Amino acid sequence: MPTICNCQVQKEYCKMIGIINYGAGNIFSLTAALDRVGLTYGMVNTADEIDQYDRIIIPGVGHAGAAMDKLQESGLVPYIKKLKKPVLGICVGMQLLTAFSEEGNAEMLKLFPLKTLHFDAEKSGKVPHMGWNSVSVPANSPLFAHIEDQTYFYFVHSYFIEFDATYTAAKCVYGHPFSAAISKDNFFGVQFHPEKSGKAGEQLLLNFSTIQID
Amino acid sequence: MLAKRIIPCLDVKDGRTVKGVNFVDLRDAGDPVELAYEYSQQGADELVFLDITATHEERKTTIDLVKAVARQVNIPFTIGGGINEIKDADILLNAGADKISINSAAVRNPDLINQMAAAFGAQFVVVAVDTRSIDGQHFVHLSGGRIRTELNTADWILEAQERGAGEILLTSMDHDGTKNGFDNGFLKTINDRIHIPLIASGGAGNQQHFVDVFQQANVDAALAASVFHYGEILIPDLKATLRQNGIVVR
Repeated sequence: MPTICNCQVQKEYCKMIGIINYGAGNIFSLTAALDRVGLTYGMVNTADEIDQYDRIIIPGVGHAGAAMDKLQESGLVPYIKKLKKPVLGICVGMQLLTAFSEEGNAEMLKLFPLKTLHFDAEKSGKVPHMGWNSVSVPANSPLFAHIEDQTYFYFVHSYFIEFDATYTAAKCVYGHPFSAAISKDNFFGVQFHPEKSGKAGEQLLLNFSTIQID
Repeated sequence: MLAKRIIPCLDVKDGRTVKGVNFVDLRDAGDPVELAYEYSQQGADELVFLDITATHEERKTTIDLVKAVARQVNIPFTIGGGINEIKDADILLNAGADKISINSAAVRNPDLINQMAAAFGAQFVVVAVDTRSIDGQHFVHLSGGRIRTELNTADWILEAQERGAGEILLTSMDHDGTKNGFDNGFLKTINDRIHIPLIASGGAGNQQHFVDVFQQANVDAALAASVFHYGEILIPDLKATLRQNGIVVR
């Protein structure tokens, strides 16, 4: 795989994607996937470090309320909220972008006027929603470029972001529609795990690495 | 639609696969990483590694294996065997494992399930249950089916779910190794009573057995070892068969 890099600096110092390192879960799988597709990255621990990167990924597994607490403790929240560069939240990292999560009844970053809700097994199916589910891929979405409609991605979550006509960028159905992906300006989120979703997931990470915000 | 999952299971000892493998021209058929990569390319949905490494000292090899798999394989994987406390699971999580599977340790100390679910989330905790039928009653067995417990299998599975298990891997020791098909009746009984995903294991011998377990028991995933390792069933063929039978697969 070729290394794709827009940086003007010397390649060995080039770190294109900054990963918010706030202690919510393991990021080994994410960095491994970035390595596989040849994307460079580094860790963001402080506000200064955000500026060093072209774009930002917010990872996250586990409990959304607890993850939000950790993000608050990191001191990075005000800086993340005013970012103009591309930002991708993954799984709980995506849920952090919403206004509120039922998991811990916690307020989130409020970058999207959406709620993160718990799956009701009566209406959806077994919880957690675990495994490969097909996703309705939008046409002309840079994040889903070169990815076919109804491609399967790997999900594992008990909470979901409600479907919204404005902000849902890709839809998944588990008993009812929910947001497989959301987008608003420079902020993107995916509920599935691109780092575990085979070739399609790797393509999505590559796509994110080339997204330009007008 | 949520797809039904096909899961090859690899037995690993001291960082090497234990059972022979002869379905492809692998450079090193004993290398679990190479085998895992091959399965991911064939369309396996997930992998399970069962670590039967005997001593604690050799566990480091397992950690290295988990890291190597996480680096090279782009599908989720579970690791089971030798996980007795939170610390063991934490190391595996940080090495890139997506889930851990606990079996005897959970029977001996059921609170371990609660602790793991609280620490890492339910989605990380697979409870593996080996069952054997005695006079029409299913009892949980330990040590590969050799040791019988007094635990009623269905009761134990419901307790594990209650304590925070995210998934159940149920192996029928009566069917395991027979190649006569999964224990569809019992799997259905369990599946109808739980609200977390169920992986069926034990008895896979041909493609029809997978069709049957999904159609009859409606389990979420089916696991097998030797039929895949010996090339008796190729995953792309199996998925085509499942699709022809109206079963949603990736």
